[in-house]
Amino acid sequence: MQDPTNRSDKETGHVEIKNTTCYMCACRCGIRVTLRDGEIRYIQGNPDHPLNKGVICAKGASGIMKQYSPARLTKPLRRKSGTERGDSKFEAISWEEAFSILEERLLKIRAEDPKKFALFTGRDQMQALTGLFAKQFGTPNYAAHGGFCSVNMAAGLIYTMGGSFWEFGGPDLERAKLFVMFGTAEDHHSNPLKIELAKFKRKGGRFISINPVRTGYSAIADKWIPIKTGTDGALLLALIHELIKQGLYDREFLVQYTNSPELINMAEDSTEQGMFVRFEVPEEEGCFEPQNKLWWDRKLNKAISTHTDGVDPYLLGEFELDDGTPVKTAFQLLKERVEENTPEWAEKITGISAETIKKLAYEMGITARDHKIELPIAWTDCWDNDHDTVTGNPIAFHAMRGLAAHSNGFHTIRALGILMSLLGTIDRPGGYRHRPPFPRPIPPCAKPPKGPEAVQPDTPLDGMPLGWPADPDDLFVDDAGEPVRIDKAFSWEYPLSVHGMMHNVITNAWRGDPYFIDTLMIFMSNMAWNSSMNVTEVRQMLTDKDDQGEYKIPFIVVCDAYQSEMVNFADLVLPDTTYLERHDVMSMLDRPISEFDGPADSVRIPILPPKGECKPFQEVLIELGSRLKLPIFIDENGSRKYKDYPDFVLNFEAGPGIGFLAGWRGKDGKKFMRGEPNQRQWEMYAKNNNMFHYELPKSYQYMRNWNKGYLHWARHHGLIRYAEPILIHIYSEVMQKFRLAAQGKWDGKQPPDHLRDRVETYFDPLPFYYEPLEWQLTDSKVYPLKAITQRPMAMYHSWDSQNAWLRQIHTYNHLFVNPQVGISNGFKDGDWVWLESPHNKVRCQCRFSEAVEPGTVWTWNAIGKSSGAWGLAPDANESQQGFLLNHVIAEELPPHEHGKHISNSDPVTGQAAWFDVQVRVYKASDDEPEQTSPQFEPMKPLPGMVKKRRKWQAYFAGIFEKK
Amino acid sequence: MKQLALIIDLNVCVGCHACVTSCKEWNTSGWAGPMSDVNPYDANPTGTFFNRVQTFEIGTFPNTETVHFPKSCLHCEDPPCVPVCPTGASYKREADGIVLVDYDKCIGCKYCSWACPYGVREFDQKEKVMKKCTLCVDRIYDQTLPESERKPACVLACPTSARLFGDVHDPDSEVSQLIRENGGYQLMPEWGTNPSNHYLPRRKTHFKIHEDELLRVDNPLKKEGLLPEPPKDQQTLDDIYSSW
Amino acid sequence: MHPAFSVIFLTTLIGVGQGLFLALYSGQIYSMMKLLPAQNSQSFYALGSLLAVGFLLAGLFASFFHLGRPMRAWRSSSKWRTSWLSREVIILPTTMLLIAFYGVIHYFDWNQPLFILVETQAINLSLIIGTLAMLSTFALFICTSMIYASLKFLQEWYSPLTVINYILLGTASGFTLAAVFSVIVEADVVGFYVLWAIILTVTAFITRVATILRNHSITPKSNLQTAIGIRHTIITQKSQGFMCGSFNTREFFHHKSLTQIKAIKNIFLVLVFPIPILLLLVAASGLAPLYLAIAAFIVQYSGLLAERWYFFTEGKHPQNIYYQSVA
Ligand SMILES: Nc1nc2c(c(=O)[nH]1)N[C@H]1C(S)=C(S)[C@@H](COP(=O)(O)OP(=O)(O)OC[C@H]3O[C@@H](n4cnc5c(=O)[nH]c(N)nc54)[C@H](O)[C@@H]3O)O[C@H]1N2
Ligand SMILES: Nc1nc2c(c(=O)[nH]1)N[C@H]1C(S)=C(S)[C@@H](COP(=O)(O)OP(=O)(O)OC[C@H]3O[C@@H](n4cnc5c(=O)[nH]c(N)nc54)[C@H](O)[C@@H]3O)O[C@H]1N2
Ligand code: SF4
Ligand code: SF4
Ligand code: SF4
Ligand code: SF4
Ligand code: SF4
Ligand SMILES: [Mo]
Repeated sequence: MQDPTNRSDKETGHVEIKNTTCYMCACRCGIRVTLRDGEIRYIQGNPDHPLNKGVICAKGASGIMKQYSPARLTKPLRRKSGTERGDSKFEAISWEEAFSILEERLLKIRAEDPKKFALFTGRDQMQALTGLFAKQFGTPNYAAHGGFCSVNMAAGLIYTMGGSFWEFGGPDLERAKLFVMFGTAEDHHSNPLKIELAKFKRKGGRFISINPVRTGYSAIADKWIPIKTGTDGALLLALIHELIKQGLYDREFLVQYTNSPELINMAEDSTEQGMFVRFEVPEEEGCFEPQNKLWWDRKLNKAISTHTDGVDPYLLGEFELDDGTPVKTAFQLLKERVEENTPEWAEKITGISAETIKKLAYEMGITARDHKIELPIAWTDCWDNDHDTVTGNPIAFHAMRGLAAHSNGFHTIRALGILMSLLGTIDRPGGYRHRPPFPRPIPPCAKPPKGPEAVQPDTPLDGMPLGWPADPDDLFVDDAGEPVRIDKAFSWEYPLSVHGMMHNVITNAWRGDPYFIDTLMIFMSNMAWNSSMNVTEVRQMLTDKDDQGEYKIPFIVVCDAYQSEMVNFADLVLPDTTYLERHDVMSMLDRPISEFDGPADSVRIPILPPKGECKPFQEVLIELGSRLKLPIFIDENGSRKYKDYPDFVLNFEAGPGIGFLAGWRGKDGKKFMRGEPNQRQWEMYAKNNNMFHYELPKSYQYMRNWNKGYLHWARHHGLIRYAEPILIHIYSEVMQKFRLAAQGKWDGKQPPDHLRDRVETYFDPLPFYYEPLEWQLTDSKVYPLKAITQRPMAMYHSWDSQNAWLRQIHTYNHLFVNPQVGISNGFKDGDWVWLESPHNKVRCQCRFSEAVEPGTVWTWNAIGKSSGAWGLAPDANESQQGFLLNHVIAEELPPHEHGKHISNSDPVTGQAAWFDVQVRVYKASDDEPEQTSPQFEPMKPLPGMVKKRRKWQAYFAGIFEKK
Repeated sequence: MKQLALIIDLNVCVGCHACVTSCKEWNTSGWAGPMSDVNPYDANPTGTFFNRVQTFEIGTFPNTETVHFPKSCLHCEDPPCVPVCPTGASYKREADGIVLVDYDKCIGCKYCSWACPYGVREFDQKEKVMKKCTLCVDRIYDQTLPESERKPACVLACPTSARLFGDVHDPDSEVSQLIRENGGYQLMPEWGTNPSNHYLPRRKTHFKIHEDELLRVDNPLKKEGLLPEPPKDQQTLDDIYSSW
Repeated sequence: MHPAFSVIFLTTLIGVGQGLFLALYSGQIYSMMKLLPAQNSQSFYALGSLLAVGFLLAGLFASFFHLGRPMRAWRSSSKWRTSWLSREVIILPTTMLLIAFYGVIHYFDWNQPLFILVETQAINLSLIIGTLAMLSTFALFICTSMIYASLKFLQEWYSPLTVINYILLGTASGFTLAAVFSVIVEADVVGFYVLWAIILTVTAFITRVATILRNHSITPKSNLQTAIGIRHTIITQKSQGFMCGSFNTREFFHHKSLTQIKAIKNIFLVLVFPIPILLLLVAASGLAPLYLAIAAFIVQYSGLLAERWYFFTEGKHPQNIYYQSVA
């Protein structure tokens, strides 16, 4: 062999190096792709990218195998006439045919009743365009993955502090000394979090993980606190209890930056009960909170306008206003709320000893109080107080779906927000930090349409399909209080479902509740498998017919890049490109890659030409938009306005000077955030590692909820409309308004009677702990265990079983159980067992683990596949040994007093309650096959997929095909 | 003489497998490739990898530690795999101590793998020769790469920088210091193979609460009048003793 | 370890060939010392050598199945300074050549004395070549067995007993075959071979059983604690890092059940030792000597296949500690 040390890779073939943005997951790392003779030689992290700083993950480094996956779709497909949906019998058609089918159908729908077209998209990164398309079409029936993903995380914290974890903000591990992580396995900022976590540990930071399971990040925690699934709310309330009891809270922070000292009307018979007392009530025009509330001045012993100079108000206490109205401070109500939530109380619920809970509280409080950081950064707050320094209490938190994916998640997450505020860690060094465009006003300005009249033939929707209700009048319901949207988002059942409720679309459309639709278009979501609950029946609904023999969901369009389970149920399949073949933007209008220190967005620029006839979905939407003559896609003469997606990105303005990309705006590219279109914008992104990053002046980088400089900067650059302070809602008046409506004390919209007590209960202005809804309605004695899933670091949802390398790491999945569970149920490590919920059961293989709390069983998410899907052999391990937990999770709660078909979701936000399912586990009998159950008819390969496959594969860039 | 090696820091490894696939990705199209896969899309896929990440559980619930454990060729200083090779295909480079296989000489007798106690050599089912971690020898000396990238693929990939690369014979190198200062150790020392790759153990940060930290004058509850003052009639030294 | 058929056949077949040659050679010595009647050069020694070479060739042939790249096998002679395998690769053809030459000498009866040793003993070419071949045969036994016996961490193999067993089992089976052979060619040395076959088989039985006993009491030097460097009494692997096997799970572990292994052990203990001895005794007593001797050899050889299978499965490679669980 040639001496490896005097050989360069570049001698082997023609080498090119290109930069783009990874999309093996939603983390959006910068990648550098080396091509050799036109084929991918190597994908590495881009060292100059601020997000991943050169590192990559297991998925990112396996991009080659995704690009060359045999599961790739390459041609538009139409279900063969005369065949049944679900039989995978397709014929290849031309794009022209595909477009004319869609054009004809959609024109008709739009002219008759636009809401009969529903567009739902999964874990995509182009909601800026898909949302726009839906609005322009005029349908309210649009949403992306948020509702079935983590809307509780978004809503719980954004309604509390105007920002959140997930993709909107995060822990400042660079400066933190203590890091407490709740229910996170991998999350979206996965590479950055790993980078920071390692640095944090190396510098001696203390890391505590609270999670029923110890894997991944939790593995390297200094302390693992195994909590019973679904009970974090109780733990958080007990921590709040203990911090208040010990006086371990940051009083100054609570007074200045939260609504804690504000006075609340306690008059029981008043329609203002539970509302803040206001000293004047001007017309509230903007979506900001006027500074018209009261503190109780301890010197004058009377109510006084908040933030009055020199006033040090009471944080706790009850008082009487001059007119006799009894009032209490918000903090007083919080204190009363958690009075009973003692560590001893929480111990019984969480399984964590009271001792541990107290220690945890002290550790948090002491770290926050005694390890303060003072940065020499001068800034001015919204009340014109100058500060010489920025202070930080170095305790950082992070949380994700372990809190979010429960039907009590909204309140749990609000409790977390309050805990973080008590410790004074919001947008401060060492604590939680916002990523612009956050913080937003509470709630953010966008509102859903207010009633059925927003939907009109041949007209764009009046409002955005998704938004942030501020009070009951913002609900999207008809006069009878019934939902307008197919998924029932923004209805009285789930009023704050700010991300929609994609997980209910198929069931509702099938049942015709609230109405039947015509065309369901699914983009980048595998709703026939891992993103639906109750998968077995949902698959039947997709093929179910009415009395006339027509499909209950008449027409299903799927845009996917691979042969997923969902494709099987399409009438029309649109083959998408891969991330290496298309232009994409991670826009400020969606979820940009912003850093703590300032806004950032990024793009993808194609590395390779599209395979076969693949076409980016963006191009499909622009073509369709032009054909349907949706206003923004056509010029004055009614002809197509944008050549293609890159052209659209350059020239489309959502508002004056605001486009999809924030960098290099203005004619000469000298402006950013806001500025006229720049025809060389793509080039400039390409030159700058495919991203734009603006670093805010230091004095604008912290305390942004109340930072006058920052807020004015943000207003000036079009990030927000009002430069008003965003006080933290320890007490949520928004919630109280819904509660008042439920109590009949609200002038506007009121819930239907059968939902009154549901709304009244769950719209509590202060967080409280309740058992997840499903537990309340199913028998915990029969089903004593809770079943959850976790993200494996080396797989992205269902995408990666087609990946020859990644599938060797996770070829199938086990059910992990504490050995105690096995012993008490009579099965051994490795046995085949039945996992049964009140709803359904699956047969799977178990693996004993000491790293799981005994009341919880878990498995890796979405490893199990349907036979024949994803370009795999019908007998591949994924479908024979791998299993999908979703079969045992019901999408609706058992019928109860609030309705027969209430979604298995958080009653506030409509967040899918994936992790609430109660189960029992028992040994499969010896004569049963050692095979996953349920099984489905194997999918057949589709026209356009690679036909012949070898028993082996030896990838060598440049000569892969020839070898 | 130089001995290049990897240091694996178990303190920060989260078991993400980035090192596993980036290794495969670099090497399959490089000097040491291809690294074939058998049944890539069928039942029981299997293939050649130079680096694997394993998971162990230590102790019993609730005192369980989960340890992620990456393992590739340890580039032993006294590699038992080298002398047994009948063809000389397996060799240890004098210049930097990297243990390599020359595929052109290898007859695929697998004997070297028998002689390695660590299970890190992999026989390529398609190519029919023995393969193993090369320490990315075709990267680390490639002058056409920027200096900062002349490191093994797995090292560059690792998000937690749990993988460090350097000369363990140079006492001043970062890796040698880490080994010295953080209790770096070798695997299966009992066989005298003297692996040059070292592992760094878990290190824990503890927090101790002193009661002084709970009873403080600056307790904010005082401001709300909530911390009880001692009763006015409680006796103090002032009341009972005054002879100083 | 995984018992690979190529290696099982290689080691047992060449063992028979080597043993057979040693039987021929010792027959010649005995007859030179006038302790045995002289045998026909052509029908006995030449044919016998041919048979021995045949077995060695068959072994060599089997060995090629073990190689990934058999066409390059020639390369494997280069590292004889360090590698027992390389030495084997040199010594095996050498032995074959010498034995073949020994046969050729006998075939052409180039047996005129070359010189006289100690006044009475005429030394001829076959004796010189035979002695060289005998040394080479022993060297081959040592090389073959040292391939296994030199691997420190395969504690079951790392013992002089491995070498002794290879020699004794090889010679025992070779002498048994010699007995068969002498019955066939009607040479009057059947008793001699039967006697030695029995002696060697009994000795081999003792050393083989000693090996089994030794191996039962081995405490493995490596364990999970040393393998991953963590001091704790309870360590379990959850995931080995991949799910559907790799070279490391295929090559170093037998994937057989304990009962199966035990059964194979009992089978070889019966087939290799008592049955052939009995058969040989009866054969020597004159009762259907041909059939019984053939039966003795076949039984013993099949037993040896089982023995070798067991030998490989018995070897516990420390690398297996790293490959215990799939998840
Ligand atoms: N590699 C990889 N990365 C991904 C994804 C992927 O599929 N693969 N998916 C992306 C997507 S869409 C999302 S939404 C994010 C999700 O990111 P995560 O929120 O990290 O995702 P999950 O795996 O659902 O993690 C849930 C964690 O919460 C724990 N948990 C479950 N119930 C409870 C509970 O009641 N209390 C507590 N304290 N913990 C609990 C589980 O054990 C698990 O560790 O990840 C993103 N990143
Ligand atoms: N039991 C359980 N179920 C869960 C979860 C859980 O934790 N437990 N997590 C939930 C969460 S948080 C989420 S976000 C969902 C995710 O669920 P989905 O949104 O369904 O996610 P994926 O499985 O990634 O499927 C997306 C589809 O996109 C396709 N795709 C991939 N790349 C491209 C592309 O470039 N273009 C196009 N057009 N298509 C592409 C894939 O082929 C696949 O069919 O799952 C949910 N389901
Ligand atoms: S974390 Fe996600 S975006 Fe980043 S490299 Fe991995 S797969 Fe790609
Ligand atoms: S890349 Fe780093 S953190 Fe990930 S498994 Fe490998 S060594 Fe561990
Ligand atoms: S780890 Fe194994 S293969 Fe690597 S040098 Fe040591 S003995 Fe040889
Ligand atoms: S398999 Fe190749 S490298 Fe290993 S001992 Fe045999 S010839 Fe040498
Ligand atoms: S050093 Fe190179 S060959 Fe070795 S494990 Fe790392 S990436 Fe693989
Ligand atoms: Mo998600």
